[in-house]
Amino acid sequence: MSDIVEKTLTALPGLFLQNQPGGGPAAAKSSFSSRLGSLVRGITALTSKHEEEKLIQQELSSLKATVSAPTTTLKMMKECMVRLIYCEMLGYDASFGYIHAIKLAQQGNLLEKRVGYLAVSLFLHESHELLLLLVNTVVKDLQSTNLVEVCMALTVVSQIFPREMIPAENSSGYKDLTGSFITILKQVVGGKLPVDFNYHSVPAPWLQIQLLRILRLLGKDDQRTSELMYDVLDESLRRAELNHNVTYAILFECVHTIYSIYPKSELLEKAAKCIGKFVLSPKINLKYLGLKALTYVIQQDPTLALQHQMTIIECLDHPDPIIKRETLELLYRITNAQNITVIVQKMLEYLHQSKEEYVIVNLVGKIADVLVLNTVDTYAPDNAWFIQTMNAVFSVGGDVMHPDIPNNFLRLLAEGFDDETEDQQLRLYAVQSYLTLLDVENVFYPQRFLQVMSWVLGEYSYLLDKETPEEVITKLYKLLMNDSISSETKTWLIAAVTKLTPQARSSNIVERLIQEFTISLDTCMRQHAFELKHLHENVELMKNLLPVDKSCEDIVVDASLSFLDGFVAEGLSQGAAPYKPHHQRQEEKLSQEKVLNFEPYGLSFSSPGFTGRQSPAGISLGSDISGNSAETGLKETNSLKLEGVKKLWGKEGYLPKKESKTGDESETPPIPQESTIMENVDQAITKKDQSQVLTQSKEEKEKQLLASSLFVGLGSDNTISLLGKADTVSHKFRKKSKVKETKSGEMTSIHNITCSSFSSLSNVAYEGDYYLNTLQDRRDKEFKKFSLNSELLDSESLAELHLVEKLSNCSLSTPSLFDDNNMEIFHPPQSTAASVAKEISLASSLLEETTEYIHSNLIEVCNNETVSVSSYKIWKDDCLLMVWSVTNKSGLELKSANLEIFPAENFKVRQGCLDGIHHFFHSDVLALWFRSSCSTLPDYLLYQCQKVMEGS
Amino acid sequence: MIKAILIFSNQGKPWLSKFYQPYSEDTQQQIIGETFHLVSKRDENVCNFLEGGLLIGRSDNKLIYRHYATLYFVFYVDSSESELGIFDLIQVFVETLDKCFENVCELDLIFHVDKVHNILVEMVMGGMVLETNMNEIVTQIDTQNKLEKSEYLIPHFDNHDRE
Repeated sequence: MSDIVEKTLTALPGLFLQNQPGGGPAAAKSSFSSRLGSLVRGITALTSKHEEEKLIQQELSSLKATVSAPTTTLKMMKECMVRLIYCEMLGYDASFGYIHAIKLAQQGNLLEKRVGYLAVSLFLHESHELLLLLVNTVVKDLQSTNLVEVCMALTVVSQIFPREMIPAENSSGYKDLTGSFITILKQVVGGKLPVDFNYHSVPAPWLQIQLLRILRLLGKDDQRTSELMYDVLDESLRRAELNHNVTYAILFECVHTIYSIYPKSELLEKAAKCIGKFVLSPKINLKYLGLKALTYVIQQDPTLALQHQMTIIECLDHPDPIIKRETLELLYRITNAQNITVIVQKMLEYLHQSKEEYVIVNLVGKIADVLVLNTVDTYAPDNAWFIQTMNAVFSVGGDVMHPDIPNNFLRLLAEGFDDETEDQQLRLYAVQSYLTLLDVENVFYPQRFLQVMSWVLGEYSYLLDKETPEEVITKLYKLLMNDSISSETKTWLIAAVTKLTPQARSSNIVERLIQEFTISLDTCMRQHAFELKHLHENVELMKNLLPVDKSCEDIVVDASLSFLDGFVAEGLSQGAAPYKPHHQRQEEKLSQEKVLNFEPYGLSFSSPGFTGRQSPAGISLGSDISGNSAETGLKETNSLKLEGVKKLWGKEGYLPKKESKTGDESETPPIPQESTIMENVDQAITKKDQSQVLTQSKEEKEKQLLASSLFVGLGSDNTISLLGKADTVSHKFRKKSKVKETKSGEMTSIHNITCSSFSSLSNVAYEGDYYLNTLQDRRDKEFKKFSLNSELLDSESLAELHLVEKLSNCSLSTPSLFDDNNMEIFHPPQSTAASVAKEISLASSLLEETTEYIHSNLIEVCNNETVSVSSYKIWKDDCLLMVWSVTNKSGLELKSANLEIFPAENFKVRQGCLDGIHHFFHSDVLALWFRSSCSTLPDYLLYQCQKVMEGS
Repeated sequence: MIKAILIFSNQGKPWLSKFYQPYSEDTQQQIIGETFHLVSKRDENVCNFLEGGLLIGRSDNKLIYRHYATLYFVFYVDSSESELGIFDLIQVFVETLDKCFENVCELDLIFHVDKVHNILVEMVMGGMVLETNMNEIVTQIDTQNKLEKSEYLIPHFDNHDRE
């Protein structure tokens, strides 16, 4: 903290001085700078904390007014910043000025910029969201020709930008300096420096280390630059006689550099020898570094690991846990299908011994990583082993492990692999093993593990043959009643119970559970219990809401809440007030408060039926709801708007750079020759092993066995997978898109059911049944559609001609059509028979193509004795379809139909917005629909249509 | 860069702590505690590099330590430092202390912690290694001592005048 104060104070005199010279406007300026002086003086003269608070608050409010005033010049702003810094330094909140500091850094001249940057670096921290606004300024300044600006930008970058946002080690601009660095290193290595620089007769060792590091960065993936440094690296290797720690340090850097730059075989050979010296050294520090080097090198040259395999095996049993861990790290890098069991076993052994949290977190992550990666590539030997190892990981790693691990594991289970039967077996095994684990008495599992168990049991218990869902529920219930379980885990458990309830035949336990938890003091638990209770009362609904084995299906959420339109319309027709957005309500409230109301009290608008004389505003507002709810959904994240900003920086850092990097990594180096050598070596070693076995003691034999099991498969075919595993810690599961578009429709309707089931309208139950039935129909694929293609007509005049024909035809053919289409599946209650007929006709009028896409429910817009108009929306990949169906109920001939679309306040008919209006007639139904590329076509159209109908 | 330098006794009593990154008082104490916990458990014949220590930051931090009789010297560094380089830097530091205090012992560090800090400032500044030449450091420290002594004489002189 003190250095910040120092910085601030050193900046102050400079600011004073700057303002001394100057002619006319000097008075205004000096008044500002003297205000800082008087502030500082005022504060030093104060005697109590209370007075200081008062003074600063006063100061801050005046500053607030100044910085936000449009008349404030940049120069004045600079003064304000300094005062703000001073206030903030004293511990008062000056956050209102942050944005102005950023602005100043963007716009000011050199000195103002400098103050802006200083203020920013003092105000903001690396996770502050305003920092994003600074990125462009910094990038611009870094490219500036003015050295001072570049320096300022660099300073601020080093001070506040998070590490991942800085494009790391971008050495391309400094290639021309390679020669100089090489010359310096040559002079140092050659002993040209004065003796003063020697340390234990090694010339400037720390400087050598730095230079070697710089060369490593410069020569990476660059053959021409690398060629320049081969000589000096060779000389460094030669000169560094192994007599002192510090020479080992140089050697280590040297080896590291040789393996990082463009390879040269002679140097690689020498470096490999060097690594050998490290690994074989009796000094533990050197052994450690040798292992580190091996870990690094092994990605490029697995043969080296084979050469030192016996040493590595010895290190596995080393008394020093650090060495052991480093060895495991090395093994982690060479894991493949053949040796995974042995390596994971070694890792688990180590895990059981260690108690440090850091070690556990790290190692658990690695094991899970190895397992998951290899399972994805079908490395895992068998399901049982995989699940058991994961169980061990969860038990030991417990609640300290990274939350991604259980999540990824569950995703792996849910998404499965290519083979469906294999997946089911894996899931079944998981369920069985968890049930066995839960049977053990008096064992405490970590919460995370219990959460994993409850999810798996909830999802996949249906695979069980022997145990019934009731038994599983009983086990879960027992856990729920356990006091040692956290409330978060209990939520997982109750979710699992909820999933299992529809599958269970008897529900005693569930009822007991509901009874138990609806009076729970934990509100969260209580809510879950109530949800379960309500669902439990309607088992049909529950089954559809919680389908078996559907965890991977995407749920499409109708963000516009259009399925509520019917509900809203009904509410409005019953005299409910139309929805007004919050701001409108507030405005009205304000205006009402201020102005006297001279209007007479109006009559209440409780006209029966939706077709009554309703104000257009009411309806349009009513349908506005959907639009508003979508908007609020967007507005919810009250964060920076980043659309349109060039994606230069990402979470992972500087994006373009990153991409090119990954590209480099995936490049496969020339292997073929090496790989054959490796194979030979492998064979040679195993042969040697076999010949030696006879003469070796039993212990040795064991080690040999271990070695052969560990280093198996380090041959040619695995090289690529080795290289791929360079930085695997953050690897994720392979995501498989299993989403079937045809099912998304179902999910929407399911969503609809959930919402409608909680609404309070009287006919909801009936509606629910109706949806369920249609849903079932669609699933069973029994619901054949009318073939409508032939009836698609292009022009209205043609349509009219056909209409007469069709109407006469259809009056005869309709009954048979109904028979064909399994209409008897609908089993509506008798009392609503009249409306059923309508529903059927509505259902049948859903266009054939619509069922493939997400669509809203059919909503009746308006009706009278002869015709009824209903509409629904279909969201296609590229457009929004709005379909209106006009149903003739009277059986009379429909002579003509006009559709007029009026441009209106909320809706303008634009070229390109509407691609075309289509319509067709079928039996007594006229359907109209049009395409629009705009997916958020307002519901205002509905109103217009309704008005037309009223007029006809 | 070097993140922190700590010296503490076998009992975990800190005699010197220097952080090159801002940490709150509490965190500093926790770091010291955690470091002692990590280091004190280790035998004499194991390696001097450790990884981990959750408090001091990201996992790429390394902990390099040396144990001299009753004292632990611990350096926290990030991945840009060479382990062996730092390992020898500790040696340089201790040898310098030995030269400045003439046979340094734990008590010297306790009673002259200011001087230890001064020596450290000569070697490491802002987390970067500044000077590794022992003679150079000792010369600077000697000059400082001389200056200090002359400064000390002046006020003494003033007081004398007033009397």
